Amino acid sequence: MKFFKNKRKEPLTDTQLLMTITICIFVAMYLLAMLLLQGGFLHAQQIFDLLNDNASLIIVSCGLTIVMIGGGIDISVGAVTSLVTMSSILYLNGGGNVFMSVLLSLGIGLAFGLVHGFLISYLEIQPFIVTLAGMFFARGMTTILSVNPQKIDNEAFNAVRESKIEIPWLGYVAKNGNLVPARMELGVVIALVCVALVFVLLKFLKPGRNLYAMGGNQTSALMLGINVKRTRFMSYIISGFLSGISGFVLMLHTGAGNATNAAGMEMNAIASSIIGGTLLTGGVGNVIGTFFGTLTLTTIKKIVVSSGLKDPWWQSITTGGMLCFFILLQSIVLSRRNKK
Amino acid sequence: MKENKKRFLKGGLGQLTIPVIAVALLVIFNLIRDPGFFSISITHNNYGNAVLAGNLISIINGASELAILAIGMTLVTAATKGQDISVGAAAAIAGSVFVKVLKSASSISVGTVILAFLCAAVVAMLFGAFNGTLVAVFGIQPMIATLILYTCGRSIAYWINGGATPTVESPIISAIGSFAPGIPIPMPVIIVIVVTILFKLLFHFTSLEILTQSVGINQSAARLNGINTTFIKLLSFILLGVCVAVSGCIGVSRLGLINHETLLLDVEMDAILAVAIGGNSLGGGKFKISGSIIGAYVIQMLTITLYAMKVSSTDVKAYKAIVIVLLVVIGSPVVKQRFQKFMGNLKKGKSETKGVEGA
Amino acid sequence: MQDECLLKLRGIEKSFPGVRALHNVDFTLRKGEIHALMGENGAGKSTLIKILTGVYQMDAGSITIEGESVNIHSPQDAQNKGISTVYQEITLCPNLTVAENMYIGREKSSWVKQKEYETKADEILKSLGIPARSSQQLGSCSLAVQQMVAIARAVDMNCKVLILDEPTSSLDDKEVNMLFSLMRDLKSKGVGIIFVTHFLEQVYEVSDRITVLRNGEFVGEYLTKELPQVQLVAKMMGKELDELNSLSDAEDREEGVGEVLYEAEGLSSTETNPFDFKIRRGEVNGFTGLLGSGRSESVRAIFGADKVNSGKVKINGKPVKITKPIDAMKNGIGYLAEDRKRDGIIPDLSVRENIILALQVMNGFFKPISRSESEAFADEYIKALNIKTASAETPVGSLSGGNQQKVILARWLLTHPDYLILDEPTRGIDVGTKLEIQKLVLKLAKEDVSVTFISSEVEEMLRTCSRLIVMRDRHIVGELKGADLNQAQVMKTIAGGEA
Repeated sequence: MKFFKNKRKEPLTDTQLLMTITICIFVAMYLLAMLLLQGGFLHAQQIFDLLNDNASLIIVSCGLTIVMIGGGIDISVGAVTSLVTMSSILYLNGGGNVFMSVLLSLGIGLAFGLVHGFLISYLEIQPFIVTLAGMFFARGMTTILSVNPQKIDNEAFNAVRESKIEIPWLGYVAKNGNLVPARMELGVVIALVCVALVFVLLKFLKPGRNLYAMGGNQTSALMLGINVKRTRFMSYIISGFLSGISGFVLMLHTGAGNATNAAGMEMNAIASSIIGGTLLTGGVGNVIGTFFGTLTLTTIKKIVVSSGLKDPWWQSITTGGMLCFFILLQSIVLSRRNKK
Repeated sequence: MKENKKRFLKGGLGQLTIPVIAVALLVIFNLIRDPGFFSISITHNNYGNAVLAGNLISIINGASELAILAIGMTLVTAATKGQDISVGAAAAIAGSVFVKVLKSASSISVGTVILAFLCAAVVAMLFGAFNGTLVAVFGIQPMIATLILYTCGRSIAYWINGGATPTVESPIISAIGSFAPGIPIPMPVIIVIVVTILFKLLFHFTSLEILTQSVGINQSAARLNGINTTFIKLLSFILLGVCVAVSGCIGVSRLGLINHETLLLDVEMDAILAVAIGGNSLGGGKFKISGSIIGAYVIQMLTITLYAMKVSSTDVKAYKAIVIVLLVVIGSPVVKQRFQKFMGNLKKGKSETKGVEGA
Repeated sequence: MQDECLLKLRGIEKSFPGVRALHNVDFTLRKGEIHALMGENGAGKSTLIKILTGVYQMDAGSITIEGESVNIHSPQDAQNKGISTVYQEITLCPNLTVAENMYIGREKSSWVKQKEYETKADEILKSLGIPARSSQQLGSCSLAVQQMVAIARAVDMNCKVLILDEPTSSLDDKEVNMLFSLMRDLKSKGVGIIFVTHFLEQVYEVSDRITVLRNGEFVGEYLTKELPQVQLVAKMMGKELDELNSLSDAEDREEGVGEVLYEAEGLSSTETNPFDFKIRRGEVNGFTGLLGSGRSESVRAIFGADKVNSGKVKINGKPVKITKPIDAMKNGIGYLAEDRKRDGIIPDLSVRENIILALQVMNGFFKPISRSESEAFADEYIKALNIKTASAETPVGSLSGGNQQKVILARWLLTHPDYLILDEPTRGIDVGTKLEIQKLVLKLAKEDVSVTFISSEVEEMLRTCSRLIVMRDRHIVGELKGADLNQAQVMKTIAGGEA
């Protein structure tokens, strides 16, 4: 990170501070898990499993981070993901080709983003209501398409789906003496690329900078000559687009479509962003933080399961507890800073 | 005189315009589709009571939980300029407490039901106070603060239930969930009426209404007029907690069991929507409880209409979304401005042509 | 070179519905000068600035920049024409770094050249002597530095005219000095600076020329060194409109008519220095001083509107604790806040609800004022104060400023206070209403109510108050009564030192 290179030891910006806290907590938590729980946590595959299972969550969280930095919210991401998955699978099972299914996924995501963005930035309707409607619409459309679970029987797609990246040197030797290489799915690559691209957008491109300005102080942003409406429009389009990608990645991971796919994903994504140091009031946040936020959130769930608390309710209680902790932490850290 | 009438239409009805128009449109639409849609008949239920039945009754009955939640949500919205998204989860907790207390009693009498409800209400109010503290004391946005309970509330309910979906069988409970002997009107509807009256009394015997509105409209001025803004915000969440407990108990009584996963699922979204359809600004300030209640019935009427048109229960959401978007687009200030400008231009054009004619 | 004309405004006119904000105003700015624009509330300073920055469009008049006649359409347009403004409330983004704030919104490439910007920004900061580093988060800098960064941004945009709107109001002495040396530096580089402030000393310290506006009219342009401070104050406050002189003077006012009602010793809040103050029953006193002198902050401390730090307060000789507004209200104190929009009205609520609000809060949560009772109250006060409203149910936000003010007055009168604090009750309202409010103050005093009256118009205070407390730079610098209560003496005290 930048601040490591700084000779003059610049104090951290809010974004960097919150992100650093998250990364530290994640590392500490993981080390603790390695020490106390051992088992899977000692293998690199554990991290890859986390990534494999949550690639699409990482992608939507990136989109949500963008929207939240701009001071907005998009609660439709999970539903759009689900709709994309369902429609692409139906298309593939109907004999479509893989390339077109990618376009279809992206197209649906983009369409949602466009409508949301237009209603929110140009008609000035509250983002919560607009994206709530988007969420209802996407969920409804998913069940209209099919109530029954769908399994992919498209050979070309399954070939893509099966391709996994094997990293032998991170593997481990199983009890029977065979080397089991670490496996990473294609979706993880896509997710990492998304994180990288969003990182570049936010850090090095003008629209990203404008987004921070808008979230920090909208009036100021206007005075500084930023086209606030266009910037906001853009943020929702990107979020929609990323939901489209996320839908495709989810399909790659599960190979099946189900009306309840990605249920509750929007809240997990919001939680990931918050844990990663994004402020809902806008202007502060970082996609690297969000990435670690997602990992923190999912790792904690894994730890809960590994420590023998297998009931699913433990997971959501710990999630809630984590959220509470991070929200209070943010509010305290920032209020102490602002007093200064 | 004309001026007055205009003002009345603008000011008096103003807030209720959208919900009333929505109701009217839905009624007309249904009457055209099926003239007998709103007919009410008298049937006999399993217990041999004469009860009212028909689409109208099922709309009014079905919207009960939503209407009660909408009342509390309106208060929270007005005072804090934000919404509580944890009401569904909190209702599941309240319902679980309700069942837990009933189950622990040796026999279920009216007294134990009341006791169980009181316990549920206290628990729901505590959770409301938790949300309220985060919002009023720590200054966290309501949506984010209540996200915590939204995430883990149903799991807490699961824990209270011991991981099962316990059932309660008692004529009293089923009476609360459907009909009481000798009364042809569904019990939940009566409860809505009672809750509404209680809130009206609350507004009548306390200064809650004006204080809440003042805090929501201009917090700084409210503080300088001696209002304890923290208390008002906290109170709104606690009152919402009471509403949550009532809805949770109705929901449990309808089925005679508590299912932490499905009880009042997604109701938070509907409740917020009811507030918005009721003409209340989600940005806080002036509010009308009646608007939100009508809003709740609009949502339910829409749902039942869609059911009657053979739309399956899972697909309803898509159509609802379209209606929501239409409503908010009509209500959007930008659209209103454009429309007024457009009308103004029309009028100008007319008067100009008139001028020409006169000349 | 020194006298080269940079910006020339001639015969500027601007009206808003019902108010003439500017009438035939001239303004001339030369290259390399610091030009103070002075005037009290409602003098038209901010309207003039907003016309210059393209926020408002003038109704008539001409603007020339370096001899070229121009029209300014928007803030963006003003910046392109070389006019930059730094506002009191900093219009930068605290969450971005200094360099980002300096370059955002005007980068040419879509790739953010962070390093390049930071080097360039560091150069500018260094050349202007601004103690900030380009990679620092703006929010971590002091307010003064933030303001300077805003100036640096303007400088880098090659501005010819720099408008500083109340830049020093939230700075301490050291920071002010930093800002001034920056201003002098820019001046030597040929930038014309328009300096709007209400601190007289600062004007004399840094400015070359002064233009005074009063009631939207041009009073005159003066060389700073040729205009004594007392005269400047006189020109800013000016003579009152003749209609107001019909008010009866001195005979209604006697000092010390009753017992001491309120007494504070060493009272201070987060916004004030400790001060002593007392007021007798039926007395009208005033806090005077220019804007920002601490007159409003002092009465806010009395009412508990800001966090009170220290002080002993006695009411009727009994010690009381006033830490928040409700304590003050319960002790019979009412407070009409300076900023009507922000701290006074609840715009969406009706006239009736606004009138009963304070009484309702005092009555408590469980004793609501019934509808019929509140209607009676509303009708009574609408009549008594002659509030012009369509009905008691009209939202207050839709009334005119003067009537809104009367509604708030009614709100406090309804609580029957023993001590009423009125901070700028006559600000931005029409002459007729001003007169009514002054009469009301005198009437209240006769009814044994103590009143503290604050106004930026000294004549108004001279007519109503029997004792004036003069403040400058957050300190009480004098207390005038009896024979000393005349305009000359007041202005001399406000201006400080000998004339």
